[in-house]
Amino acid sequence: MKELLNDVDRWQRQGKAVAVARVIDLDGSGPRLPGAAMAVNEDGEVAGSVSGGCVEGAVVTEALDVIESGDRRTVTFGYSDDEAFAVGLTCGGTIHLFIEPLDW
Amino acid sequence: MAAETPIFTQLRDAIRAESPIALATTIEGPGVGSKLLVTPDSTTGSLGNADLDRVVARDVLGELAAGRTGIRRYGPEGQAREDDVAVFIESYASPPQMVIFGAVDFTAALARVSKFLGYRVTVCDARPVFATKKRFPLADEVVVDWPDRLLAKIGPDLGQLDAVAVLTHDAKFDIPAITSALVTNVGYIGVMGSRRTHDDRTVRLIDAGVTEDELARLRSPIGLDLGGRTPEETAISIVAEIIALRTGRIVPALRDTEGPIHR
Repeated sequence: MKELLNDVDRWQRQGKAVAVARVIDLDGSGPRLPGAAMAVNEDGEVAGSVSGGCVEGAVVTEALDVIESGDRRTVTFGYSDDEAFAVGLTCGGTIHLFIEPLDW
Repeated sequence: MAAETPIFTQLRDAIRAESPIALATTIEGPGVGSKLLVTPDSTTGSLGNADLDRVVARDVLGELAAGRTGIRRYGPEGQAREDDVAVFIESYASPPQMVIFGAVDFTAALARVSKFLGYRVTVCDARPVFATKKRFPLADEVVVDWPDRLLAKIGPDLGQLDAVAVLTHDAKFDIPAITSALVTNVGYIGVMGSRRTHDDRTVRLIDAGVTEDELARLRSPIGLDLGGRTPEETAISIVAEIIALRTGRIVPALRDTEGPIHR
């Protein structure tokens, strides 16, 4: 969370809507532990990361949708979810993210 | 204008101030997204039920003390062994402490590597000419004092995730630094020196009343057997030993091998 605070401060000062994604759980191998966080603003700008770069693109899409709809959600990326999501971790693990608007 | 974000603001300020804080968020069950912000002195927000708040706040303090982040499950009113409500607990513990005794070249390198890993670094030496902020710009604190006097002050706060590194290789500093580190709960005590210095020091420690069990707590000679030589490489071997000790991995430590350290 620490590494994205400066960007989020700036976005909040600019009055931009922001969504925050956190790794909440991990099955098998994964690059970032629970607590790793990434913030996305309404323009699609990104701070922080939740994986080694494998799923960040898809997280931006989800986060923009969360900003639009205001709905919080848990999202899973990994090889077992190939049918639901086109992206996964190259290391073969499954990553669970909670994505929510920064309205708290 | 962005919406007001009071919980985030409090969390942000605490993270920046490095004061311990944890955030609990409901991720499944009634009121997904509701939040309870917990510090050792206060709770803010609510997960929507007073009993649930009370139980979660208690658990969060335990997770925060251990520096753990993860999901815990409860009944709607905080019941154990039920799983209607899933709560994600993010801990932001204070950074671990690295206390380095001896203001030598290795100290500057260890201070730097320790900062990189997120430690709060204190350098302590009794000699004012050497223990200066100018020589150790990355240290959070440079203390001119005797090791035992510093540890009498800060020792009670040291825990399993903290580390003491004794780099003086001078018996008149080493012995009091080690004996006073041994009465704390610090997780790592590493002591620098050649094999000969180590053997000589062990005799002095036994003379000073240090027991076998206490000797076994010491990582001496300090560091993993990486074969490096420079202060920077030595610093890496020290922090690598700390990581391996925490994770319980078996890696070649100098303490557990024989023969010259530099070969």
